[in-house]
Amino acid sequence: MSAQGMILQTVASPHARAGESVSVVMLKVVATLVPATVYGFWLFGSPAFWLWLITIAAALVGEAVCLRWAGRDPLPLLKDGSALLTGWLLALSLPPWAPWWIGVVGGLFATTLGKQVFGGLGNNLFNPAMIARIALLVSFPVQMTYWVVPAGAPGLFDGLLITLGQMPVPDAMSSATLLGHAKTDLARGVDLLHTELPGHAFNWVGARVGSLGETSTWLIAAGGVALLAMRIITWHVPVAMLAAIAIPAAIGHAADPARYIDWTTHLMSGGAMLGAFFIATDYVTSPSTRAGQVVFGLGCGLLTWVIRTYGGYPEGVAFAVLLMNALTPAIDRLIKPRVYGRTFGGKPAPLQKGKSK
Amino acid sequence: MIAPIASVMFLGLVLGLILGYAAKVFHVEGDALVEELIELMPGTNCGQCSFPGCSGAANAIARGEASVDCCPGGGRALAEAIAAKMGVSLGAGGKADSGPKLAQVAEHLCIGCARCFKVCPTDAVIGAAKQIHGVLHGACTGCGSCEKECPTGAIGLEPVPLTLRDWNWTKPALAG
Amino acid sequence: MGLRELLNGVRWGVHPHDDHKRPAADVPLRVMPLPERLCVPLLQHVGAPALPVVAVGERVLRGQLIAAAQGSVSAPVHAPSSGVISAIGEVTAPHPSGLPFAAITIALDGKDEAGDALAPHADPFSLSPAEVSQRIADAGIVGLGGATFPSAPKAQLGLKLAVHTLIINGGECEPYLSSDDSLMRVRADEVIDGVRILMHATGATKALVGIEDNKPEATAAMRRAAEGFAAIEIRPVPARYPMGSDRQLVQVLTGKEVPSGARTASIGVLVNNVSTCAAIHRAVRAGEPLYRRIVTVNGGAVAQPGNVLAPIGVLIEDLLAFVGLKEAPARLVMGGPMMGIALPHAQVPTVKGCGGILALTANEITDVAPSACIRCGSCVKACPMGLLPLELSAHIQAGEYDKAEAKGLDDCLACGCCAYVCPSHVPLVQSFYHAKGEVWKRAQQKKRTEFTKGLAQARTARLEREARERAEAAARRKAERAAQQAAAAASANTAGGASA
Repeated sequence: MSAQGMILQTVASPHARAGESVSVVMLKVVATLVPATVYGFWLFGSPAFWLWLITIAAALVGEAVCLRWAGRDPLPLLKDGSALLTGWLLALSLPPWAPWWIGVVGGLFATTLGKQVFGGLGNNLFNPAMIARIALLVSFPVQMTYWVVPAGAPGLFDGLLITLGQMPVPDAMSSATLLGHAKTDLARGVDLLHTELPGHAFNWVGARVGSLGETSTWLIAAGGVALLAMRIITWHVPVAMLAAIAIPAAIGHAADPARYIDWTTHLMSGGAMLGAFFIATDYVTSPSTRAGQVVFGLGCGLLTWVIRTYGGYPEGVAFAVLLMNALTPAIDRLIKPRVYGRTFGGKPAPLQKGKSK
Repeated sequence: MIAPIASVMFLGLVLGLILGYAAKVFHVEGDALVEELIELMPGTNCGQCSFPGCSGAANAIARGEASVDCCPGGGRALAEAIAAKMGVSLGAGGKADSGPKLAQVAEHLCIGCARCFKVCPTDAVIGAAKQIHGVLHGACTGCGSCEKECPTGAIGLEPVPLTLRDWNWTKPALAG
Repeated sequence: MGLRELLNGVRWGVHPHDDHKRPAADVPLRVMPLPERLCVPLLQHVGAPALPVVAVGERVLRGQLIAAAQGSVSAPVHAPSSGVISAIGEVTAPHPSGLPFAAITIALDGKDEAGDALAPHADPFSLSPAEVSQRIADAGIVGLGGATFPSAPKAQLGLKLAVHTLIINGGECEPYLSSDDSLMRVRADEVIDGVRILMHATGATKALVGIEDNKPEATAAMRRAAEGFAAIEIRPVPARYPMGSDRQLVQVLTGKEVPSGARTASIGVLVNNVSTCAAIHRAVRAGEPLYRRIVTVNGGAVAQPGNVLAPIGVLIEDLLAFVGLKEAPARLVMGGPMMGIALPHAQVPTVKGCGGILALTANEITDVAPSACIRCGSCVKACPMGLLPLELSAHIQAGEYDKAEAKGLDDCLACGCCAYVCPSHVPLVQSFYHAKGEVWKRAQQKKRTEFTKGLAQARTARLEREARERAEAAARRKAERAAQQAAAAASANTAGGASA
């Protein structure tokens, strides 16, 4: 083998890559969601599965149609896995027995109006899954707050009929989430010390009322820890967010247990875990610096607690994340790492001679 | 009835006064843009843009009568600077896109007529009557005035050969 | 921040899982047999190119001066072996553009006849610092870590600014490369002696030798060599790219930061590479000019990777023929994979600053088409300078070079950490190179415009003066003529009057 007569292409350095790619990152995130999702299917039966499938399919279709409209080849871009992840996260935040069109509308909304209108992956200001969830919640409040108790999981076909709305859901199965109960009771003037929670409202192993992402909190948290271990996310956002929910909750509960829910319930309920590890950590819509991520996480957590405690809705993770998404450009503008050899203001650092002449 | 009319009128009066005052205080000289453009121009008044001197071209550009890349001497860099100042985007092609060019004398054709160095706006052509002329590349702006004067076609604009010093990476094309 | 960063306190940079340094680093040093010809470039350093002092057809001996330094920041070039000058002209430069640069081609005669050595000196410490610097300058020594700044002016600057500490860079953080490692293993004594000479030349009282902790053999050899010299301290540093960057090494070893835009000498330290120190030892003690160096030849396509002592100016194809190729390389790189230069072909000479030649296979380079930035912030975490590569890149894409400059484009080392970690494979470094070139070009253009403006104004002033002078001359002539006419008329009148 001789090097004579060889003409090579010259490109700029570096000539080595770490080997990660966007699709690998997205698939790793999806993989960490699998245990929680499967557990959710087991709890709520096949309607949850069908809804999950429909939501993801709708998200993918929305993405593909938009890419085609934009004159780009959809297939390679669909393979980056971002639409799959968006659809998946949205499905985890929906009532598991919601009708099929909730999944269709949500999935389409997430990838089209939530992402592609901004210019596609990397350009959207708001978390697509959360913006779709909020759009659904505001537009279809009945369907979006129709939760079922995790019992009597129907078969695959019956489940499909439920999802398609062809089979009525027995009234006995419908219930409110724990946060919903608390909010309603407080609104009725019943304080939390006297409220009577149904048995399925809270359960440490997750057999309780809620979305797939709410019930399997432990598995979601385990997935989050796996993401940390794989270095796909850093601790900054999740720790800041969970702390900013837990600390005000603990203070409030200590001051007035009749008015404020305790911090463990806060962390175990609603989208706290899913939000902290999977939603707020979304690369595109969160700040890119470590310090910025801490501020972002604190904001998400605090707003979640404020909305849950004082707001009109029982759950606030989605609202909190969207509000902080809107602040992300400002955070990125204001909070920057100090450049080597410069002051925090960006001026060259003053000379400090080690030894005078 | 009177009170709202009066108050709205009063409000209008006050706002009008404020606007009038602001218009006076923050008045921008009409020539400010032209001045800035003149500052950018080569200042050689070579006339190759077909306007009377650099200030003429600056005025024409400011009025929108000349394109931002009308100056052959300034090249692409000047065109981009003017485009930025004018807030327009510089399209591909045009005069400025052909890369830098400088005057060059073909020695076997030059008859030493001395016409070229009389018109050179920067005195970049050297020589004397009946002597072969030469061009100081450091001083040449590539305006091309000399080219038109030469009776034998000995002096002309030649592309500047790319050197290691001037070579640059292109702007990478990114996905979407 | 991962566990590793927590433990060693270094938050920046990247840590490639496989640094590919071994087994090449462990292969004993080989000496390359003389090729048929060498192309010794005239510009192998920062500053003005050297000026040839030999003519085509002239026979030169090993170590003979063939091109002299020009100006204060420059370096002379010496013949690496004996032979006849066959050409003084252009050869392809080790540069991605494939453009040529000037070089002296020597057809070697294989006798390797030595010329007169530069003035060797057994006790350099009896010389004045200026004399030591002169010897370093005469030997054509430049920074061998890759920066290639001439060593003599650097030492003089250190003396002038009264530096107190020498930082000796044995980091060699680039994957694949082990030339400094190999040098420290086999020639630790030379390095330490070079450090002592350099301390004498710069007036520094202390030297810290930073060696990455992935080179235990080199560290041990250097420790042995430094025994008995209390002023020289061998300090293992965490293996983390770009530890070999002077600013990062200074920070890790001294805890101080070099202010933006300033030289390390401004905070009282001077950074020199271990190979430079060994070259200084040889130049001052033995009078040997810099005409050869250790080059790592590595990469998946190389049959027998390892370190090779090769003459400077050897063509890459000859070097590759010596180590053998297993397969056609997909890319040839001069330097390391992180900052190295992709070569257009193999008919390119090596230069003084070339510590490695890599023949990489398609698997190793893993070129992927860029996809959209997902703002993951990996680049921000990796940047050793604390910059925001994603924002810089966005500004550059939009043509906003001034904004990129305001956000620290000049601080960018082009170390490649950002592009290395980017999951979207955005060509960040190319963006930064492009923007730096563009900013430079614009500054040049501006200077040029100011210069030609001055010329045009001078010409206008001259033309006006000439016109004025012509007008004045014309007026004068007219006045004279009028006066003459008046005088003539007056005399005629007088005559008439007289006649009347």
